[in-house]
Amino acid sequence: MTVTEENTANTASAAEAVVPATSRGERFSSYDVEAFEVPGGREENWRFTPMKRLRGLHDGSAAATGEVKVDAEAAPEVRVETVGRDDARLGEAGTPSDRVAAQAYSAFTGATLVTVPKETKASKPTVVRITGPGEGRTAFGHVQVRAERFAEAAIVLDHVGSGTYADNVEFVIGDGAQLTVVSVQDWADDAVHVSEQHLRLGRDATLKHIVVTLGGDLVRVSPTATFAGPGGDVDMLGLYFADTGQHQEHRLFVDHEAPHCKSNVLYKGALQGDGAHAVWIGDVLIRAAAEGTETFELNRNLVLTEGARADSVPNLEIETGEIEGAGHASATGRFDDEQLFYLQSRGIAEEQARRLVVRGFFHEILMRIDIPEVRERLENAIEAELQAIGA
Amino acid sequence: MATLEIKDLHAGVVTDEGSKEILKGVNLTIRSGETHAIMGPNGSGKSTLSYAIAGHPKYEVTSGEVLLDGENVLDMGVDERARAGLFLAMQYPVEVPGVSMSNFLRSAATAVRGEAPKLRHWVKEVKDEMAKLDISAEFAERSVNEGFSGGEKKRHEILQLALLRPKFAILDETDSGLDVDALRVVSEGVNEYTANNDVGVMLITHYTRILKHIHPDYVHVFAGGRIVESGGKELADDLEENGYVAYIEKADAAAV
Repeated sequence: MTVTEENTANTASAAEAVVPATSRGERFSSYDVEAFEVPGGREENWRFTPMKRLRGLHDGSAAATGEVKVDAEAAPEVRVETVGRDDARLGEAGTPSDRVAAQAYSAFTGATLVTVPKETKASKPTVVRITGPGEGRTAFGHVQVRAERFAEAAIVLDHVGSGTYADNVEFVIGDGAQLTVVSVQDWADDAVHVSEQHLRLGRDATLKHIVVTLGGDLVRVSPTATFAGPGGDVDMLGLYFADTGQHQEHRLFVDHEAPHCKSNVLYKGALQGDGAHAVWIGDVLIRAAAEGTETFELNRNLVLTEGARADSVPNLEIETGEIEGAGHASATGRFDDEQLFYLQSRGIAEEQARRLVVRGFFHEILMRIDIPEVRERLENAIEAELQAIGA
Repeated sequence: MATLEIKDLHAGVVTDEGSKEILKGVNLTIRSGETHAIMGPNGSGKSTLSYAIAGHPKYEVTSGEVLLDGENVLDMGVDERARAGLFLAMQYPVEVPGVSMSNFLRSAATAVRGEAPKLRHWVKEVKDEMAKLDISAEFAERSVNEGFSGGEKKRHEILQLALLRPKFAILDETDSGLDVDALRVVSEGVNEYTANNDVGVMLITHYTRILKHIHPDYVHVFAGGRIVESGGKELADDLEENGYVAYIEKADAAAV
């Protein structure tokens, strides 16, 4: 067993490894919004979120005044349907663990259900495009992706448009299934999106869960991974680019309750402009029964300009010594003048040198996104972000 | 035929407490075809001289000029200086994660040459130069300097020298951290470049051992932020024999 810990000097805010006062495994969850107290903002899971900008999603004052538009472009092997609240399959992957998620669960009217049939390999990625309800409107939603046993598929959830939106997204991954998911938050500047994503892996299931957050006024995505049986393997990758005034929060929880499962978390973000704020929380819990667990989590932030702030908090709780390995690392750095100088000293103009460095920073994540269309779009999006500051 | 003239250069390092003067009036002229060894003890300001000429942001030039064929490079940006024909092989080459060596070299060559080298020729050119320096092909796909050993980093600095073909090359302690074989390979790389190009070299070093491989036309002793003695090869022999002590005293006396 190896336990490693690395905290590199942090220029924006101290990255601290914290073992919380109460175990992450004991956090309350419920489908019922009224079972949660209205958060005031000082609670552990809300302390980084600017509550006023949630537009009432957390206190019951945000009524549904619109709907999201859902367009699916599915692989021929994949089934996409809209089902009612009473569909027995809903809620299978997990229970809402905060009041906004419970609010979304209590308020949605129809759910989008994507099914990859058992022992089927989808011939192309399935894209589900979710367009916000429009500026000044609020909507609640629910999406469930089911990969039946030994299914193989790639699903892209593409969030675009304006408005306020809270949802739960479920991934029910059957035994031996292999699923790649990319959730892109490419919202317009006004959008507020609070999303809890429930990742439930069956025995020997493999999931690559990729979160990409680019737009929006406030985006808070909380993926929770759980294992229904041994042998599960989850890769959780994230890429975010926070601009002036944007709040982007990613709260991860990997709950190792089954033996011989693996989790690997890699989130990288760049920040630029006044008031750009990124929050990354990485909770990993290895329960007593989860012998043979292998886990590693890493968060890196690149602060490109003054006035941007990154908070990064990895938490690792280990209740058994019988593990393969566990570790975490977190670092936030300013744009590296030495790298820039080195490239420029070889004749490369400053603008191009900056691009090379930022592209290089995201390279290891982009290389792991094996859907060419998505990777290309992200490369272009990063270029556009860099052009926005004239870098 | 090109000339690099350093005239009464004063420069310091920028810290939170302000600027601390390190270079106290450096004068030196280097012409194409000449190799000048700058030798000095630790802390004498040798590296500051190289960084000040290249334009490192941590160093501030307070007065003086560095003229490349009459044009003051101190008025140019870091990248412009490189495009004008200056090259600095660094003592501590910087790691740039996620940027492949091949992408970096091609970007640099494109910038310095003013146009993208033709791909077919370029691939061969890089391959040949890498072979000369005993660099294995896999390095092309590795991130710039990332995880390279000290010797591998220095070889790559000389690889860049060969590919970017500057008019003046400053080699800042290129010999430090090299074992005997690596020192020979790197020195041969430099010698091959100087033999085939009309280039001026400023070779900054603490030790005399590299001078057995690269033969300087002039040797300058650097102490207390300026050149305190200039001569030929015999000066290096004197340093080998007697060390820097006499020159440090000389610099101290001058500073009083």
